[in-house]
Amino acid sequence: MTDLRTRWRDFRHGVSQRWDRMPKASRIGVIVVFVVFLYALPNKGFYEYLGLPLGEYIPLYTTRNDMATVLFQCGYYILLALGLNIVVGYAGLLDLGFFGFFAVGAYTVATLTSPRSKVFTEYNWLESPWPWLVALPLAIALSLLAGVILGFPVLRLRGDYLAIVTLGFAEMIRIVAQQNDWIFNGDRGIPNIGRPPGTNSDGSPIFQFDAKPYYWLILTVIIGMVFLIRNLVRSRVGRAWIAIREDEDAAELMGVPTYKFKIWAFAMGAGIGGFSGALWAGQIGFVNASTFKLEQSILVLAAVLLGGAGNIYGAILGGFLVIYVPEWLRSVGDVFGLPEQVRIAGELYDISATNLRYLFFGIILIVVMIFRPQGLLPNRRRAAELKDREKEAMVGA
Amino acid sequence: MGGAAACKQDEGGSGSSDASKVCDLKIGFFGALSGADAGLVTPGKQAADMAVKQYNAEHADCKVSIQAYDSQGKPELAGGLATSAVNDAKVVGIVGPAFSGETETAAPTFQQAGLPVITQSATRPSLSEQGWQIFHRGVGNDFSQGPAAASYIKGLNPAKVFVVDDQSAYGAGLADEVKKALGPLVSASDKATDNQQDFSAIVTKVTASGASALFYGGYTEEASPFLKQLRAAGYKGAFVGGDGIYDANMLSVTGKADVEGAVATCPCAPATAAKGTFVQDFQAEYNAAPGVYADVAYDLTKIFLEAIGEGKSTRADIQAFLTSYNKPGAASGVTYKWTDKGELDPSQVRVWAYVAKDGAWAPDKEIPKA
Amino acid sequence: MNELINGFPVLTVTGLTQGAIYALIALGYTLVYGVLRLINFAHSDVFMIGTFGAIWTWSAFGLDASSARPSLGEALGLIVLAIVVAALLCGFFAMLVEITAYRPLRARNAPPLAFLITAIGASFVLSEGMGAFTNRRQFGVPAMLPTEPVVTLGGWSLTPLQISTLAVAVIAMVSLDWFVQRTRFGRGIRAVAQDANTAALMGVNKNRVILLVFLIGGLMAGVAAVMSDMKAASTRFNVGFLIGLKAFAAAVLGGIGNLRGAALGGILLGLVENYGSAVFGTNFRDFIGFLVLILLLMFRPTGLLGESLGRARA
Repeated sequence: MTDLRTRWRDFRHGVSQRWDRMPKASRIGVIVVFVVFLYALPNKGFYEYLGLPLGEYIPLYTTRNDMATVLFQCGYYILLALGLNIVVGYAGLLDLGFFGFFAVGAYTVATLTSPRSKVFTEYNWLESPWPWLVALPLAIALSLLAGVILGFPVLRLRGDYLAIVTLGFAEMIRIVAQQNDWIFNGDRGIPNIGRPPGTNSDGSPIFQFDAKPYYWLILTVIIGMVFLIRNLVRSRVGRAWIAIREDEDAAELMGVPTYKFKIWAFAMGAGIGGFSGALWAGQIGFVNASTFKLEQSILVLAAVLLGGAGNIYGAILGGFLVIYVPEWLRSVGDVFGLPEQVRIAGELYDISATNLRYLFFGIILIVVMIFRPQGLLPNRRRAAELKDREKEAMVGA
Repeated sequence: MGGAAACKQDEGGSGSSDASKVCDLKIGFFGALSGADAGLVTPGKQAADMAVKQYNAEHADCKVSIQAYDSQGKPELAGGLATSAVNDAKVVGIVGPAFSGETETAAPTFQQAGLPVITQSATRPSLSEQGWQIFHRGVGNDFSQGPAAASYIKGLNPAKVFVVDDQSAYGAGLADEVKKALGPLVSASDKATDNQQDFSAIVTKVTASGASALFYGGYTEEASPFLKQLRAAGYKGAFVGGDGIYDANMLSVTGKADVEGAVATCPCAPATAAKGTFVQDFQAEYNAAPGVYADVAYDLTKIFLEAIGEGKSTRADIQAFLTSYNKPGAASGVTYKWTDKGELDPSQVRVWAYVAKDGAWAPDKEIPKA
Repeated sequence: MNELINGFPVLTVTGLTQGAIYALIALGYTLVYGVLRLINFAHSDVFMIGTFGAIWTWSAFGLDASSARPSLGEALGLIVLAIVVAALLCGFFAMLVEITAYRPLRARNAPPLAFLITAIGASFVLSEGMGAFTNRRQFGVPAMLPTEPVVTLGGWSLTPLQISTLAVAVIAMVSLDWFVQRTRFGRGIRAVAQDANTAALMGVNKNRVILLVFLIGGLMAGVAAVMSDMKAASTRFNVGFLIGLKAFAAAVLGGIGNLRGAALGGILLGLVENYGSAVFGTNFRDFIGFLVLILLLMFRPTGLLGESLGRARA
């Protein structure tokens, strides 16, 4: 067992050393090839080709759900994870209500672009629905604002108390959204949301039922966001965040205006969350109060921590896995021809992978945390820190 | 896109020769097939499966299958499922969506793709007002059910009526119709939310109001704990609901004692009084009596099957078929002829009241039109 | 406002009973947090398992939602039996979660966030597991106690269910308080809560104490589960979530880590919810609860009675 681990570690070291030694041009070349691969992913012929060499046995694609749709869903979750990563991973603020910002973005787009939204039908504040592209920056701006507004009273708290207060706020927003008398229309929601613009050569809109254009759009956004965040993290702002995360009091003593930067982190995370929400609303065409469900916030947090908090690529991996693995598990059942139902003691039990996928997901979370608590792609500083922690003597453990 | 891409084999005229038929077509069945409200939808699915099985026995060379779309009754899931239905070129028609909320969100997608749907149980009146040509309703809507429920309640001579709804498309719509028809009899109203378990606040309000009749617009999932908690708090008045509580789960979860005397209205005649051999066939196939809307779903599936049997294999063809359809259903006896909005002839709609007696739903009476 | 004044007795009694249930569940959260500094997300699902345990116990005696009410003596006996079974079942699952999910992390000295994710994972496993096992259906609870009010004084009336809920909750909380204050095990708990390593140096078996803490939390949740079953009259695989959230808020309200605080927080939350719903409308009941919590935390961040499991005045 140890031998395997050493060999794996050496392999990884070997790979990263070769990577560092490659001339810049070749590195860029590899990255470009990878990005092209990502863009080509949803094309059916291409991904069916990706079945592992074990014949047709373990495909990497999903059979139950359209692969492009799954990739798009991974996309918006990755965007969310990137946003939350700034809040939790860099600034170290435990936000359990992050999905609320996603909902702010989604609802802004919905109320402004849907011809069925009450803004046009009942209240008559505006004349006609706006196009999605115009509502998008407004959605991002409003989420940024929401982040700042939420941050003000809340960021004086620390640790678990911050978590609880953000959780409480998220629930309060959900309850307000659930009242169907007001603009949010409760559970019945707002349908017919406007879609991103663009027409094909034959006049039909690009963004319709096919999920592929949405996926390419969100992939582009993600790549842009990665550049943005990388630059931010390497700047003064990023360093301030890391200082705050490691030891807030020490940072304050060293002259870092912690409160200001915490609000910054919150706002940035919120803005990215809102962006993701606006994109998602444009694809799915419908929002309702269940968009605000607390379980979603918890899932995003799990995604960030699973992937590795404080590491952009960790957040991307986490966001991807959280959506992809349950979907893939659904398909595994199909591929292996596993029974969907089983009869025990006269009662029929549905044991299809679809039904059990969150069960398996929970098990995966537990197992990963036991063996790799720093996440799958940890921040190097955290990983070193945690290695030291492991060696620390624990009395009576 | 639409279904046109799939039919490369269709050469000759419709139904002229078997070789030109497009086979392996699918009829979608859209609704809550799992979850606490599934009891309202699964009898329909069983009936649809039975209809397709009977068809395939006679058309073994060119079979049809049912494609199930389990929305759990939730509008937020309906959109994604609608998109996948629309993207599946083999799906040429849909029985459902079963609930009004999910129809509201799924129908625009169906409309854009030209996929015809006939719902067996979505009763919200506004659904036919949205300009969706593909939308057809296989039952009466709440413009009939609401006033009928109100007139039933009036027949109980209550001094005060309390109205509660669950803020869903169906529940809120139906409760509004009932409130309109009851007028000044309604002393107070309140709202519940989806998935709610603890109704103590509303129950307190009800008992404090002194109402002797209560109308609940919503589904079984919330209605059964609500009714139980009402009875536990000492509420002895009447409990009337719409077709959203008319299923077996309402009886089993609420319990015989508490559900005794509860009334459910439904724009459907008793399924066990269905015509033809439907009841016997259902009994033989599933070893149970047909449940709510089973006869309607059976008829609607058979309409699609009839269209496919005549060689119609594209969504546009089936849509045209439905527009000009005018025949009585085999099980329900209702004549299916749709107005340009997709509604049935209102004079045909009959609303029945069912009472829970001794742990089973018994037909009480057909509510006469006002 | 009128409704509040008119309905004050009813609202207060309902608030106290619901608050008692919150308090029992909150004790589980606060105990675990006090000792481990961990928000045990899986606790609400342990509670949910308890609700099913009670139903299964009663169905073993042939009682289901449709059966006739048993005689008072029988009913009381069955309720006690259900409490025992549910408490043991919850205690078992709570300990199971500790052994399989949290202990391995402690052995590796994992950071607190890792515990949080594991707690989330455990919560998924328990609730989805039960969901698959019960086919996500709803289950009605058999009628047990008679529903006519037994005590009527002025405008105040108490039904047997309310009386028994309050009585059981008081007994459970008082016994827990006594246990933590006066017994050796309780001293061990307080010691580990105060400083785990020193306690271990002093000869306290840390892991055993932690297991005990989870067990006690589970027992309390089991008691709450039976009472909640009879009150809500039905249960499902996902009932744990909302009630767990509120109980957790109650624990924080009273001062996380503080046992008496959890009890106080629970009762207070129940009352505030009911009064608030009378004034602002029933659909804002949950909203009021969270609003009160947030306001309190902003002005008194350590909760009403402050954090303290380790100190003598728990």
